[in-house]
Amino acid sequence: MAMMSTKRLQKELAELNGVKGTPPTGISLLSADNLASWRLELQVLGESLYQGETFAVEFRFGSRYPIESPAVVFVVNDKYKAPVHPHVYSNGLICASILGNEWSPVLSVSAVCLTLQSMLASCKEKKLPDGNDAFVKTAPLDPKKVRFVYDDDTV
Amino acid sequence: MSDYMSEESDGEYYYDDDEVMGSDRAEDEDTEESEGEEADYGSMEMSVTALSKPKKKVYEVDYECLATSDIDKSMAKEAELLCSMLGVDISTSYQLLRFMNWNKEKLIDKFMEDPDAVKEKAGIADTPPKFTLPSVAPPPAPAPAPVASSSSSNSRRTTRSSNKTAAPPPPVVDEGWSCPICCCEPEPPTGVMALECNHAFCTDCWQTYLTGKIREEGEHSIRCMESGCNDLVSDTVILGTVPDAPKEGSVVLDDETKDKFKELLVRFFVQCNSALRFCPAPGCDYTVQCAAASTKSSLETTVPTVRCTNGHSFCFGCGEEGDHRPLICTIAKLWLKKCQDDSETANWIKTNTKECPKCHSTIEKNGGCNHMTCKKCKNEFCWVCMGPWSEHGNAWYSCNRYEEKEGVDARDAQSKSRASLERYLHYYNRWANHEQSARLSLDLYAKTEKKMQEMQETSELTWIQVQFAKKAVDEVIKCRMTLKWTYAMGYYLEKSNQKELFEDNQRDLEKAVEALSELLERPIEPETVASLRQQITDKTVYVLKRNEVMLEDTANGFLEGRWAWNTSISPFIE
Repeated sequence: MAMMSTKRLQKELAELNGVKGTPPTGISLLSADNLASWRLELQVLGESLYQGETFAVEFRFGSRYPIESPAVVFVVNDKYKAPVHPHVYSNGLICASILGNEWSPVLSVSAVCLTLQSMLASCKEKKLPDGNDAFVKTAPLDPKKVRFVYDDDTV
Repeated sequence: MSDYMSEESDGEYYYDDDEVMGSDRAEDEDTEESEGEEADYGSMEMSVTALSKPKKKVYEVDYECLATSDIDKSMAKEAELLCSMLGVDISTSYQLLRFMNWNKEKLIDKFMEDPDAVKEKAGIADTPPKFTLPSVAPPPAPAPAPVASSSSSNSRRTTRSSNKTAAPPPPVVDEGWSCPICCCEPEPPTGVMALECNHAFCTDCWQTYLTGKIREEGEHSIRCMESGCNDLVSDTVILGTVPDAPKEGSVVLDDETKDKFKELLVRFFVQCNSALRFCPAPGCDYTVQCAAASTKSSLETTVPTVRCTNGHSFCFGCGEEGDHRPLICTIAKLWLKKCQDDSETANWIKTNTKECPKCHSTIEKNGGCNHMTCKKCKNEFCWVCMGPWSEHGNAWYSCNRYEEKEGVDARDAQSKSRASLERYLHYYNRWANHEQSARLSLDLYAKTEKKMQEMQETSELTWIQVQFAKKAVDEVIKCRMTLKWTYAMGYYLEKSNQKELFEDNQRDLEKAVEALSELLERPIEPETVASLRQQITDKTVYVLKRNEVMLEDTANGFLEGRWAWNTSISPFIE
């Protein structure tokens, strides 16, 4: 099992590093010191509400990756803020179906990043999710412990 | 009895199901043993008549206890029926039925309308792959050597002929193909598998994926691993029963996972069928079939207490363990919830608080003197006598004015406003008392066991002759259960003549039960044992009768709509 995620992550890392192939535009690796947790910088390309903003995403991989989805959150610290978006809570937690019930083992770190980019790019109005404050107060730190309901497929 | 079963005209399709299932089972047993059919049939009939009691009481329901293998047979029967009706293979039939939550009628309707749409939605692709290859490719040589399909532009994709009944041949992949999930490079065709959708992955990944879905997530309909692909993994793949499957290139799940998968299928089938319910006892895998209680409306008038083959009794209507007769499910549930929420609080309020004589706010005195000032209405009163403080003059810290009129009035008013609390506690305490007694039943059995031993040693009575004591205990426990629930029912019954009759029955039963309990506690003395035995036996018969009267009358009351409730109960809308 562990072998499965190791080989796969090494390959993904090589792609993101540019060692093998080219990483997708607008996405660059910030840190990947081990095979358990990576950080990537993410920019939204083209015209969008988030032009000029830079975000950081953190990926955490369990031993069952890629059969199981990684835990993905926007980094919120002194340097980075989570994007203001109806599907992103201000603590960085993301409500996206591909990170939950629509995850497929075929998806990868770069595929998730591309989805996040397009999720931001198609946003029409910068606004926090409904009930953000209440959720942020009680939310667990691990996004995999949150039961999201995926009800909006417009953004 | 059967008159209120036939009343159920709103059973919709469930009834058909049951009939089919019922008759299926009989047929199954017939066909299983083809030899000596006539004799077999005869014995079957015998057992059926023996099972169904000659006279069913009005408070009993007809039901049948099924083992998992019976459910398997029912499922197979339904699936086979659909096979021939829809012209699909058995595995597809199972998957279509599951997709439609085992609603056969709906499936037939939709399927007749547009079979391809149904299949596609269900994720069953028995149509050839969408992209066509140069030719209906001659199946690749079975040789283990990798076959490079260089002619195909879809080099990553796999080719194979699509034959829905035969085993899918291992997909053809390029040399140097690596699994898109784990990046391993298995030696094709060993270790590579694809569904009809042709998304190829290594068998290790498939195994991990399927095991996880079945064991961790409890899924019975599992889709292809490709993102967005709707194709279902067929049961034959999971159970490893693909006809003529090559050893290599197929998924092999461990037996535990396969068993879990089969269990999931059974569970789902039972869930979908309102005439079936699992025994709620932990570890018990029997299922009870009870058509008479399969609709919500039937539960307005029936309390379907059933007992599985392992002897666990539970309510078919709500799944509550034990027996909550005579009270119907919805009100029993209401009561349980009330007790859970209120009883402790109510008791605490009763013992630790009083109400302000003026505004009736509940006040807890947690220190200080008897001179109370209500925080809410600023009324000043004495905690001891509840009279106004102004009349206490200088007797600041001791109240000797208990008999003063003002104080008496205040206390009267207090008890009136607390009447509803008192009323609830009246019923609750009696309910809880019988519950407590039932919980002590194991002790009682042990004690009785000892006594029976003693009787055999000290008197002429034989083992058979002392069984009366155990029978009496059985009856006491059963009646306490009934009594317990009559108190819950009493709490909700609107005051009326009917309720008075109900309470008469309740009182008679309770008196009889207590008398019998008392007899059981009597010491055994050689001189009196014979008469004690007679007394207990008589009392047991009497108690049994009283219990029957209680249950019968309440059950009839439900059927006749005789019971009026004192609370707005909208139980049948959830």
